[in-house]
Amino acid sequence: MYAFTHHSASSVSDAVSTLGANEDAKFLAGGQTLLPTMKQRLAAPPHLIDLGKVKELRGIDVQGDKLVIKAMSRHYDVATSDAVKNFQPGLAELAGLIGDPAVRHRGTIGGSIANNDPAADYPAACLALGATIVTNKRKLAAEDFFTGLFSTALEDNEIVTAVEFPKADKFKYMKFRNPASRYAMVGVAVAKTGGTVRVAVTGAGSDGVFRWKAAEEKLAQNFEKGALEGLSIDPNTLNGDIHGSREYRAHLIGVMAKRAVAGA
Amino acid sequence: MSATGIGASIPRQEDHRFITGKGRYVDDINRPGQAYAFFLRSPHAHANINSIDIKAAESAPGVVAVYTGDDIAADKVGGLICGWLIHSKDGSPMNAGPHPVLAQGKVRYVGDHVAVVIAETLAQARDASEKIEVDYEVLPAVVDLASAQSGAQIHDVAPNNVVYDWHLGDKAAVDKAFASAKHVTKLELVNNRLVPNPMEPRAAVGEYEEGTDSLVLYTTSQNPHVARLVLSAFIGLAPEHKFRVIAPDVGGGFGSKIFIYAEETICVWAARKIRRPVKWNCDRTEAFLCDAHGRDHVTHAELATDADGKITALRASTKANLGAYLSTFASSVPTYLYAPLLSGQYNIPAIYAEVKALYTNTAPVDAYRGAGRPEATFVIERIVEIASRELGMDPAEFRRKNFVTTFPHQTPVIMCYDAGDYDASLKKAQEIHDTAGFAKRKAQSESQGKLRGLGYSAYIEACGIAPSAAVGSLGAGVGLWESAEVRVNPIGTVEILTGSHSHGQGHETTFAQLVSGRLGIPIDNVSIVHGDTDKVQMGMGTYGSRSGAVGMSAIFKALEKVEAKAKKVAAHVLEASEGDIEFKEGKFTVKGTDKSADWGTIALQAYVAHKFNGQELEPGLKESAFWDPTNFTFPAGVHICELEVDPATGSTTIERWTAVDDFGNLINPMIVEGQVHGGIAQGVGQALLEAAIYNDEGQLITASFMDYCMPRAHDLPSYAVGMTTTPCPSNPLGIKGCGEAGAIASPPAVINALTNAVGHENLQMPATPERVWKAAQGARLRQAAE
Repeated sequence: MYAFTHHSASSVSDAVSTLGANEDAKFLAGGQTLLPTMKQRLAAPPHLIDLGKVKELRGIDVQGDKLVIKAMSRHYDVATSDAVKNFQPGLAELAGLIGDPAVRHRGTIGGSIANNDPAADYPAACLALGATIVTNKRKLAAEDFFTGLFSTALEDNEIVTAVEFPKADKFKYMKFRNPASRYAMVGVAVAKTGGTVRVAVTGAGSDGVFRWKAAEEKLAQNFEKGALEGLSIDPNTLNGDIHGSREYRAHLIGVMAKRAVAGA
Repeated sequence: MSATGIGASIPRQEDHRFITGKGRYVDDINRPGQAYAFFLRSPHAHANINSIDIKAAESAPGVVAVYTGDDIAADKVGGLICGWLIHSKDGSPMNAGPHPVLAQGKVRYVGDHVAVVIAETLAQARDASEKIEVDYEVLPAVVDLASAQSGAQIHDVAPNNVVYDWHLGDKAAVDKAFASAKHVTKLELVNNRLVPNPMEPRAAVGEYEEGTDSLVLYTTSQNPHVARLVLSAFIGLAPEHKFRVIAPDVGGGFGSKIFIYAEETICVWAARKIRRPVKWNCDRTEAFLCDAHGRDHVTHAELATDADGKITALRASTKANLGAYLSTFASSVPTYLYAPLLSGQYNIPAIYAEVKALYTNTAPVDAYRGAGRPEATFVIERIVEIASRELGMDPAEFRRKNFVTTFPHQTPVIMCYDAGDYDASLKKAQEIHDTAGFAKRKAQSESQGKLRGLGYSAYIEACGIAPSAAVGSLGAGVGLWESAEVRVNPIGTVEILTGSHSHGQGHETTFAQLVSGRLGIPIDNVSIVHGDTDKVQMGMGTYGSRSGAVGMSAIFKALEKVEAKAKKVAAHVLEASEGDIEFKEGKFTVKGTDKSADWGTIALQAYVAHKFNGQELEPGLKESAFWDPTNFTFPAGVHICELEVDPATGSTTIERWTAVDDFGNLINPMIVEGQVHGGIAQGVGQALLEAAIYNDEGQLITASFMDYCMPRAHDLPSYAVGMTTTPCPSNPLGIKGCGEAGAIASPPAVINALTNAVGHENLQMPATPERVWKAAQGARLRQAAE
């Protein structure tokens, strides 16, 4: 790790103005990606703006017909929250599948989606559930927020403050873990709200999280795992690595999608 | 059996210290004025170094010194050695290229040592290392075994990158047996490359004591005396009597801390140059890149059987990857620690093995838990399993039919098995496992869409390494005896100084149990001293499951001498003749009388020397002994793995594991069981999860736990562990050793179970979900085709 200056932000506006005042500064949320990268000297931000003490970024609650999870909520908080369990139990389950206990006690939902790791779990939930990403400037549909590998629609001086989830009738996330890292080798989130079905896939897409629209159409007609029989995904649109080839990932997407439908 | 003697499952004496964070590891040692070393490593797998510019680094903040290969050469610091000379088939000695501690004009693997920066802080040393400019001329990298012989030459002395082309056994007899075989089973297999990953990475603190012109090295070593011998006699840093090596608490080794490495050497060399202690702590990435790796074989094997299903011959042709340089014992692992075990538990009249060892641009490969024996066991236990399937015989019955049943048994490949009862282990394992119930469990799995398989592994290993003259005749540069000293203090407490080294094995408990039981004294009155060349006489260290069979035998021998001396003292104190003195449960008595003296009294009398003439009987009570084993020991047993496969994803779940081992007599059954558990976990890791993978440029792409998968608790079942016992006739305690058995036995048990589940044999380690899924696909297609 190279030396850097640590700033402790007291509020969202303090965080944003500190970011603007310091070139190449980075926000530090849970640090579960950023800090290991810095330790390896693969990232060297001269300034870190620590969001740990920003009270307005904490809290989980149901507001009207939506669940609002503030950006600095830890994965452990989401996994164990009664509000989340009552509103959308599958989302609490998803949070409980992230990393290991150490990661879950530090990592945050805001950090996860702002990083948009192509193997992260939350982006799939956001896409499948049609979440709204709330920032200090605006509200964005998840669809518009995730723009590719490790990239989002966030602008300079913009910070995720919360994620709003509408209620789905059914929601299930099935994850096939990379056995070493515990990231998703393939993760499929399936959500059904009324006659609308959304299927989001993480861990596999060569351009990050994506919606599997062909599966959505089939499931909208018949929300049974059998509806996906014979449906396949083009391996050329997927990632392959030492842990799993594109072909294997394409196959796993089908298996995980069917299991998510069956378990929803 | 006394409450704390041999056979008692007492809790480990050292655990309170470790669990409460009071262990004292090398990184806990800080010396006044110490500076910190950081190594600049090669980013290239194979390159010539045109020039190194260290000027900017030397003037960076906090930098004390920067050294390169030129400084090593100028100081005539010797290269690292390989201590076992192997000869090729044609009689020529192995092609050992130089192994400098800092590169001399060429780097040969990613992580190779180019320069060292020593600074006031580690961060300063690391920052300065980035200012060193190295002009590399990158050469093509040689990475895999298949193409190594046609790749760029890595060492001038080794054409086609061949270290040696070695063989063992009677080729003509084997060829003859194959010519008349009823059936021949063939097998291609890969024994995957592993990274040892002990919990504590390597570390060193080198120190120069100017007043006495002597060196001190604190190091994470499994064998500090051997480290001192090599650093002194071969690398030439200081004579042994001016050189102290201390290996304090060490957090795991698995073989990787046997070896003498560049970093430790440089810390102690540089400490003298800068007149300050130099500390180095390996980070996890460096450990992945530079700790000696394990395994990495490709083997073609064939097994000949006759019409009765009896094995008539075995032949194996192996390529072994030794990496970029020959590590300390690298040459012995795929030769004398491998091929002599190919007979397994079986009566095989003829065996022939040939091994081609090759250089590649990868980290050096050396002994890793089991060292050669897991590789041999994987060959024999896979091919025996496949043969039984091909012959339509039950795998257990096929093994039973071919077991060695009389002892001693001379195999055609050096080893003479001294004792064992292989059928007893098999029988007991089948009972514990309920193999009879497997069909029912399999049907249950199938009803849930899962495949289920059961696999055996009837392993044998050669431990208690090793008879010195025997290994000397095979090329070893050292003897493999062990030493012990028993120091009885005047009040009767006892210090045992042992040449063995504990880095997780629990010697402070087991060795103390031997003493407590033998002398009849409380175990708290015994301390075990190890790991310091200034305290302990020359010893050979811990590896090859030798500390019990060899190290404790030395203690046993010294205890006998102590007892004999104590009896002489007791004879004077009790005013009786020496022949009438009996010693039992901590008490000296005179035969046929009620006269007695306790242990403490006699110890004190030995030192005050009031009751005997010091000219006739030396005062004091302290004896030492060296034990040189008469044979290897031969732990053996049967492991059964039963697992379930999800054919849709290829995920494997181990459902049951039974291990029945014959380790001879047990000192502490609980510790033995723990060794079995840990060994199985490592073997399951190899079978299902772990692989060190280099890409075509020679970059290690599994250089962190994000990509190198270590077994976790949820990957492993609860084990059923049983024992059978045939005491070892080759040492006074009848013990065989247990440290490596689990890692040796388990990989073939897993793969035999998996191939049984998926219905065909084409499945290599690690059997990742994708490989298993593909294998399961193949099985289904084949069945459909049938």
